[in-house]
Amino acid sequence: MRPSSSTPSLARLPALILGLFLSVSVSFAIAADSLPDIQRLMKQGQMPQALEKVDAYISTKPKDAQGRFLKGLILTEMGRPAEAIPVFTKLTEDYPELPEPYNNLAVLYAQQKQYDKARTALEMAIRTHPSYSIAHENLGDVYAKLASQAYDKALQLDSSNSVTQSKLSLIRELISTSTKPGVKPSTANTRPTTEPVKVAAADPVKAAVTPQPPVAVANPAAPPAKPVEKTPEPAKIEKPTEKTPEVKAAVVAPTKPAATDGGGESDVTKALQGWASAWSRKDVKAYLGYYASDFQTPNGIPRKTWETERAQRIDKPGKLQVSVDDMKVSIAGDKATVRFRQHYSSASLKTTATKTVIFVRSGGKWLIQQERVG
Amino acid sequence: MRRAALALTLIAVCTAGPAVPAAGDRPAAPVTFSDSGPEPQLSRIFREIEKNRLDAALEQTESLLRQYPNFRLAHLIKGDLLMARTKPISTIGNAANAPQEKLADLREEAAARLKAYRDKPATTNYVPRYLLQMQPDQKHAIVVDTQKSRLYLYQNDKGQPRFVADYYITHGKLGADKMREGDKKTPVGVYHVTSSLPLAKLGDFYGSGAFPINYPNEWDKRQGRNGHGIWLHGTPSDTFSRPPKASDGCVVLANTDLDALAKNLQVGLTPVIISNSIEWLSFDDWQSERSALNKKIDDWRADWESRDVNRYLTHYSKKFQTKDQSIEQFAQQKRQVNAGKEWIKVKLDNQSMFRNPGKEEVVVVTFDQDYRSNNLNNQMKKRQYWIREDGTWKIIYEGAA
Repeated sequence: MRPSSSTPSLARLPALILGLFLSVSVSFAIAADSLPDIQRLMKQGQMPQALEKVDAYISTKPKDAQGRFLKGLILTEMGRPAEAIPVFTKLTEDYPELPEPYNNLAVLYAQQKQYDKARTALEMAIRTHPSYSIAHENLGDVYAKLASQAYDKALQLDSSNSVTQSKLSLIRELISTSTKPGVKPSTANTRPTTEPVKVAAADPVKAAVTPQPPVAVANPAAPPAKPVEKTPEPAKIEKPTEKTPEVKAAVVAPTKPAATDGGGESDVTKALQGWASAWSRKDVKAYLGYYASDFQTPNGIPRKTWETERAQRIDKPGKLQVSVDDMKVSIAGDKATVRFRQHYSSASLKTTATKTVIFVRSGGKWLIQQERVG
Repeated sequence: MRRAALALTLIAVCTAGPAVPAAGDRPAAPVTFSDSGPEPQLSRIFREIEKNRLDAALEQTESLLRQYPNFRLAHLIKGDLLMARTKPISTIGNAANAPQEKLADLREEAAARLKAYRDKPATTNYVPRYLLQMQPDQKHAIVVDTQKSRLYLYQNDKGQPRFVADYYITHGKLGADKMREGDKKTPVGVYHVTSSLPLAKLGDFYGSGAFPINYPNEWDKRQGRNGHGIWLHGTPSDTFSRPPKASDGCVVLANTDLDALAKNLQVGLTPVIISNSIEWLSFDDWQSERSALNKKIDDWRADWESRDVNRYLTHYSKKFQTKDQSIEQFAQQKRQVNAGKEWIKVKLDNQSMFRNPGKEEVVVVTFDQDYRSNNLNNQMKKRQYWIREDGTWKIIYEGAA
């Protein structure tokens, strides 16, 4: 489940509530310095300072949706859901037409396993914005959770079954790993966990507006209305790719045209990042989806055995973070060799290693054929 | 597409033809069917699913769960309806890694409940064949259909059985027709409630109460059947109901249903007739069967009064047996006794007749017998088993009840 850390997309409001739209826009203009400052602090992980600033900002503009939304995000990032929930709740009351506060409220409820409340909030988000894809995805997750709870009650299963576990860690991990697709070049730096703005990049809707998102995301003071306004349409075009889970949807779409004019390098690096991201999310299915059917398993063990082993490894409880950098790509036809550094960090182990992965292009996708250390 | 597939499965579950004339076959008449259980709601939920209105179905499932929070089948359906929002599903019970036998149990329960509700017998025109005659002080009678997982409660309405309510039940893991101790089967026959076990003595497993029945009865013993401890009882607190086939032979009801039933039970009196599959008779056929047998019993009584032993003995089967006498010994004793009789008066009162479910045509007749003669008066409660041999009703067992 992904929190929506985009600023509330005012552009999606119907014309009827233009009044609100204007007043908020005006407040942006006055406080133009303040909100980006706060977001910069958030980006740097300086949450207490960001909170202090946002509180000061809100004290001058108690009605300001942007400021309050940021405060909710900061409190969420600080692991203070008991305080974040009322902030978002109040936002949903004051601005019932905004889907984002509902969505983030749902994320908080889901973290507390209050799936019924999460469901209600997400259904509200979708009622206000039927095409709001993050809410749809999150709602799908919440439905699955609720279904699993219902099955537990029906069949007297142990409710701590592995499905629930891995899904829950997915919620936590996505916030940090969704930076990997790197729509915004300037966010190539690290410190993912406290990077709410980057999360927006994970939103396929935003990512689709290729020229604008960096601006819109980095600077909420910039008139958010115009660039975002276009988003519903590209989002629809992207729908088919959304079948691939989560972040990948945003990654895969732009790559296709690039691939035809020989720009395969970025596709390869994106595939590698997607692979690391799926691994971090413990999304075993997506992770295994990065391997070609003729992948050379270690010591030639059967594919099934290898998959089972990987699934067990990856699906262990606890935080997991895999990232890659220093990528050197060489492409020869439908084959690409990538040398890179892999940073692996789990509850029990922290390593950095140089790795080589050989990709093959298959059906427009780069898939891993070989993987080795060194 | 996926929704259609789900609906299809459910229809398949529900369309096995009724063995009984269904309620729809006759002109509209006031139906007294008990709609107090979850079946009407379940049925509505499945109708919504068939019509592809999954949201309405989910809403109704949640409302059903508010009423029956421990109703596992409803939880399963809720899970399916939620799951259907995230991926295509094609059957009842899509839980990953779920033990298959538990899923199968819940599917069977769904099928049993829906079938019972949709193919409910036309109780205004038809009556279970077994309830030939209730004695005046028997206020109610219970008839169980193990194949349908259903218990029917009848009221004695001036000698006429009148349908009151029906309930979902669980019976033996390995079905009905109990023969041996530990065979995990439910007995088939004519029984009655023998006691009401105090709640304090029962574990949670038996729920809100337990009512033992008199298995093995005289007929069972004669057939060599054994075992004991067959009860009607309730359900553990962690579940609303149990699968259709799950007990060690007992008949298990939901606690709310057992409580409702218990109000109508008379210890030592209320008949409990357990069948594999109830045979239903129209009231006309029922009436003629009842009159024919009544006539036969009165002939037996009159022939006894006539002191013509040979005529009297024509009412007895060659296979007749009491606890300690064969037909020959019985006949000889009758002849001896009758020699000293100048007159005999036999009065039967409080008579009941219940047909024994099963292949053989057997009727259990119980009455208060007031026997008077020149040298002996005797009042007793007597039980006879009448069997139809070559088209004629004959007594095959008799003894004190």
